[in-house]
Amino acid sequence: MTTVSKPARKGFDIKALFNRPQKNYVHPYFGGLVLGVVLFLSLFLTGNGLGASGAVSRLDTAIIDLIAPQHVDQTPYLLKLAGGDKNPLDDWTVVIFFGALIGGFTSGLINGRFKFEINKGPQISNRTRLMMAFIGGTIFVYGARMARGCTSGQALTGGATLSAGSWAIMFAIFGGAYLLAYFVRKLWL
Amino acid sequence: MNFPLEILNNVSTANPWIYLVFGVIGFGFGYALEMSGFGNSKKLSAQFYLRDLTVLKVMFTAIVVAMVLTFGAVGLGLLNFNLVYVNPTYLSSGILGGFIMGIGFILGGFCPGTSVVSASTGKIDGMVFLAGGFFGAFLFGETERFFTNWWNTSGYFGRVTLMDVFGVDTGVVVVGVVLMALFMFWGAEQLEAIFGKRDLSKEPKLRPVGAAALFSVAVVVLLLGTPTLEQKWMRLAPVKEPLLAAREVQVTPAEVYTTMFDNKLITVLVDVRTEAEYNLYHINGAINIPAAQIATVLPDLQARYSPRTVYILMSNDETAATEAWKVLTAGAIANVYILEGGINNWLTFFGNDDPEIVPLTSILDDDQLRFTFPAALGARYRSAYPDPQKYEELEFEPKIKLQLQRDKSGGGCG
Repeated sequence: MTTVSKPARKGFDIKALFNRPQKNYVHPYFGGLVLGVVLFLSLFLTGNGLGASGAVSRLDTAIIDLIAPQHVDQTPYLLKLAGGDKNPLDDWTVVIFFGALIGGFTSGLINGRFKFEINKGPQISNRTRLMMAFIGGTIFVYGARMARGCTSGQALTGGATLSAGSWAIMFAIFGGAYLLAYFVRKLWL
Repeated sequence: MNFPLEILNNVSTANPWIYLVFGVIGFGFGYALEMSGFGNSKKLSAQFYLRDLTVLKVMFTAIVVAMVLTFGAVGLGLLNFNLVYVNPTYLSSGILGGFIMGIGFILGGFCPGTSVVSASTGKIDGMVFLAGGFFGAFLFGETERFFTNWWNTSGYFGRVTLMDVFGVDTGVVVVGVVLMALFMFWGAEQLEAIFGKRDLSKEPKLRPVGAAALFSVAVVVLLLGTPTLEQKWMRLAPVKEPLLAAREVQVTPAEVYTTMFDNKLITVLVDVRTEAEYNLYHINGAINIPAAQIATVLPDLQARYSPRTVYILMSNDETAATEAWKVLTAGAIANVYILEGGINNWLTFFGNDDPEIVPLTSILDDDQLRFTFPAALGARYRSAYPDPQKYEELEFEPKIKLQLQRDKSGGGCG
């Protein structure tokens, strides 16, 4: 690591921190190895794997619980998360979610990849990209809730613990994406 | 030490440091995703145009690494696999949900985990995807009621692993999955060379070494095998044997009887005697699982786990019930107790109701019925279901303490 502040300047230079030289991503097999070890430690120490979409639905439920607690008590799905005095945020998936937020931020910062930008294919406008991102996010998490877990909670965690259902879901995710990829190639290529 | 750590089960403000453990795991999760390039939607979507198969390589490397380490730890007896969350199989909603996720993936360019690290590194499209995700979760909560029955029952198989599906040992599946992954990596690199114009000669030379190392660990897992129930019990014995000796799990007939009427609990009475003895006489509501068969019902009990279920095992005295207790304990079933003194003690306590059940005078071997019955009436004796009014105020020292084994309601994404 190089030092971030020039000797002439006093104190901590926050700007330089965000303008570090951009480094390349690590090799996929090395990244996978690190991710695998993290997943193993999670399973080994806690008996639970990794997850992301569960926290999203819990944060949602917490907001609904603030605005309309009666509605939570009348909706069977929300009732399970936040019925009565249950706090939907008192769950390990929520902690993992915020941990991942900080972990991703840290890695991005150290490797000079923190940058406000929109990543998109060359043929579409920023507006189209953001619209598709929103629609894609809505569809993805709807499907993740239906399948009781997303790529991390099902494919990754269930894949490693050899859950039969998780392997079926993993192939369904890739199948769905590959089937549609050709028809939406304008978005990315 | 037995893993996973029991103390990490109860995430609550009483133990704030537990949050730190999960926070560090989350940190590692986010860090690993970002450094692999998962914060960039272009890199992620390139997977589906076969130009850059980073997603597949990272995901499958992570899966096989975590898999060999996990089942290696199980084989070495460090980790109790029964306490590791295995996503229950809901085939219909899983496959449909998976397809929907795939559609969301190619349209939005992310999955939830990757959008988190994307958003945290300043990518606007990641933030918007995440916002869409919040809306999607909201929509699901609002629409689930229209198909709640289908969602909760269709294609439900419970805790099923690939080992159960193929009927082979864990090690065989582990080696098979590793071989499949290595083949996929090879294929992915060929595809990248064709569609992504990647120069494979510039790839690190260490890859075959890594592949060989992975394969060797998988073979070690195969050779280790999975511990038998007996081995599991041997490991637990130093902790659990004292409970038996201190008679902390032997519950008096009075407490068992009172527990049967406790609406907060699901009391399951398990009679481990032979079917003939069970037919002769058993407590009302008891199910008959002969001691020799108790191990075969373990997967079923694990799948039906509820934190409110209390199991009471009973034999004529205590010997067979104690053996059954060891089996269930080794199988990581929580809240298992033994009827103190067995059926004989129950009859001594409640038998006044049935004058026709006569105690034997001769001294018998251990764990034999010490009463004679006029007929095999099963639970149709009065003492098999003692009058609640008559025994309303029984006194006993309560021993049953509910132990929350694990919140199985939510795994990775509960």
